[in-house]
Amino acid sequence: MNIEQHSHVFPNGLVLAAETMPALKSAAFTILTPAGAAFERASSGGAASMCAEWVTRGAGGRDSRALIAALDNLGVSHGESAQTVHTNLWAATLGRNAFAALALFADILTKPALDDDEVEPIRALALQNLRGLDDDPGSKVIHELRKRHFPDPWGRNSAGTPEGIEQTTAEELRQFHADNYRPNGTILAVAGAVDWPRLRDEVERLLGDWAQRDEPEVEEHASGSPREHITRDTQQIQIALAFDAADVAGPDYYRARALAGVLGGYSSARLFTEVREKRGLCYSVYAGYESLRGRGAIYCHAGTSSDRAQETLDVTLAEIDRLGREGIAQAELDMMRAGLKSSLIMQQESTSGRSASIASDWYYLGRMRTLEEISSKLDELTPESVGAYAAELGRGPRTIVTLGPRPLVIPGES
Amino acid sequence: MTFHQTTLSNGLEVVAELNDEVRSVAAGFFVRAGSRDESDDVSGVSHFLEHMAFKGSASRDALAVNRDFDEVGAKHNAQTSEEDTLYHVTCLPEYLPRSFEVLADILRPSLRGDDFEMEKQVIIEEIHMYMDNPMSVAYEAAKAAHFGPHPLGRSILGSVESIKNMTVEQMRGYYQSRYGAGNIVLAVSGNDDWSRLVDLAERYCGGWPQGVAGRDALVRRGPTSFQAICRADDQQQTVIGVADAPALESDDRHAAQLLATILGDHTGSRLYWTLIDPGHADGVDVSYQDYNNTGVFYTFLSCDPDEAQANLGRIESVFRDAMREGPSEEELAQARNKVLSRTVLRSERPMGRLGSLGFQWLYRREYLSVEDELAAFDRVTTDDLRRVLDAFPLTPWTIVSVGPNVEIKPPF
Repeated sequence: MNIEQHSHVFPNGLVLAAETMPALKSAAFTILTPAGAAFERASSGGAASMCAEWVTRGAGGRDSRALIAALDNLGVSHGESAQTVHTNLWAATLGRNAFAALALFADILTKPALDDDEVEPIRALALQNLRGLDDDPGSKVIHELRKRHFPDPWGRNSAGTPEGIEQTTAEELRQFHADNYRPNGTILAVAGAVDWPRLRDEVERLLGDWAQRDEPEVEEHASGSPREHITRDTQQIQIALAFDAADVAGPDYYRARALAGVLGGYSSARLFTEVREKRGLCYSVYAGYESLRGRGAIYCHAGTSSDRAQETLDVTLAEIDRLGREGIAQAELDMMRAGLKSSLIMQQESTSGRSASIASDWYYLGRMRTLEEISSKLDELTPESVGAYAAELGRGPRTIVTLGPRPLVIPGES
Repeated sequence: MTFHQTTLSNGLEVVAELNDEVRSVAAGFFVRAGSRDESDDVSGVSHFLEHMAFKGSASRDALAVNRDFDEVGAKHNAQTSEEDTLYHVTCLPEYLPRSFEVLADILRPSLRGDDFEMEKQVIIEEIHMYMDNPMSVAYEAAKAAHFGPHPLGRSILGSVESIKNMTVEQMRGYYQSRYGAGNIVLAVSGNDDWSRLVDLAERYCGGWPQGVAGRDALVRRGPTSFQAICRADDQQQTVIGVADAPALESDDRHAAQLLATILGDHTGSRLYWTLIDPGHADGVDVSYQDYNNTGVFYTFLSCDPDEAQANLGRIESVFRDAMREGPSEEELAQARNKVLSRTVLRSERPMGRLGSLGFQWLYRREYLSVEDELAAFDRVTTDDLRRVLDAFPLTPWTIVSVGPNVEIKPPF
């Protein structure tokens, strides 16, 4: 497969980054626009999600039905969701329909109808969505963990708050849109069967006139308590914990990814082995990695019955300590590398996977990484370098949130 | 893209769709063993057995199984449904021989007693996890309510009690009866060489015992039922509806899928415009599920508990309108565009093709290329949709409601 990377920054600040994949039939794009929950006023929690829904209800002179029909007729699979930092609009379709789909999304970004009549239905949906999240203990505990681990607004859940959703007016939503849907700060990433010169010209034509806006100031506030138990009458106790790690742009990024992998990224990783295979304590236990700009975190999640939850927490914490104390073996590092490299190579079969990765690379690094670059960085890791980093992280503070019938005891804390 | 097929002397069928343009290869063993093949005393054994396969064989323990897949970066997993257990791996072509050897090895598990007792705990945790999820509770109950004594009504996971009471001897007996080579299809999709594949299959599966397991695949048509389950602490009401639909053997299955898309796709469908767009519900969906000799349309609804009754009435009206007038040419064209495009997108990855390849062969002994699948959707006419609606009325339907509102009544 002959994959090429291209990029262009337009005068209004819009970034276009692309990977042309001529062997595939499809094309996908990911648009990250800086309209995430972090930029909501504190009293308007949920505005970003409501806005993401609002912009898709009619655009470019089409009403809601005409817009959805146009997307359906082009066979566009698509989704729109607010996250903490960005609002993410993604789409995938056959390569031959990609430019027509892009034109529809340019209208969604720059010419949404923002009809007042849509606001009450959107409010009703947002409230129900929030309640639905609350009914799912596994998702709930992760949202609560992020909120407590990252300083506000970087740990906000884009689903919002009941008060925010109930009180935000159409005028405030319109203002949120005007302030935050802007070309400077937006990344349009495209992957698949597209022609680069034509893509650049089309994007210039569609979005070249999109007017810049000032970047908003964000004030950081300390997050809540790093220990929390949420009492619920559930079958299982949910355990979620996080500790700081390098961000994607940082010099220790690959060491952080290696640690998350060795701890709980695949089936022979430490947590799955010790918690599930050797002790049968859980069905689901894993570790993952999340990055924001300037800070990252490694997090772990497990769900288990009340009478086994204390042991699950104890074993999980002991494994994190052991990683800091003993480091990792060459065989573990090799496994982590093999898994990550395979995933990266297989991602080149997926246009939507690639467009999401390209967009993310650009946000953190201001450029796209190649497979070769990532592979060589992974090859540079040694058990010693990763072990030293584990020792450093092991000493840092942890955020621990549990949800279920009763709280757990955190070893070493009264 | 080339198709290949052979049958080993012990009855194991091997099918492959090979393609030099992709980076990976996916392989899967499709075993005709699911909850519909169980009896009460071993309820949940198919799924439990799937877990036990990963506990290892005579030559490997559980840690070695995980290690040997992970060393080559292979993505492995398994899933159990009402009718099949699928074990699959996706990896780079150079690692297929090593990954395949492990995958074949775990289909001959040791089923050791101490592993069995340890894994019981994990299964019970999995059951508890699903009991905390309103959607899973509703789905299990809806299948039981709709199918009643029909084997498709059985729980895939079983109950805490059935798992606790199961013995390893019972599992060994079930394994002997369902894991004969004649009851398994090996499917491979992606970048590989056919003669190498046949060699691998011969080397690692050629010694498997023969054996074809029967299945009393009864047709299920008929009465519907209603149930309201109280979950007082839930904030949303979750409802699952079930109505009969064409079976996987039927040539109407493509029409059934397009009909489900027209009625209840998550965007742009009749139910979307009736329920989601005005904000009456935050989730509604109709999906078509084909089974061996049976099929159903599942309708899913999530909404404010106080709106649930009105929403059931709205869904009932959409169903009645569809039965009276049938979908228009324009609706059919739109649904077809969506389904065609999704099929192409999914099919770009070997893992996205594996399921279609294996299941088509397991139940229909038929190979459908991506182009064949697209053509089958292209051929569907509004008359075909009409015929499906006449043969499989959407209402009355089985309804199971889960949440704080227990006053809900059937809307018909």
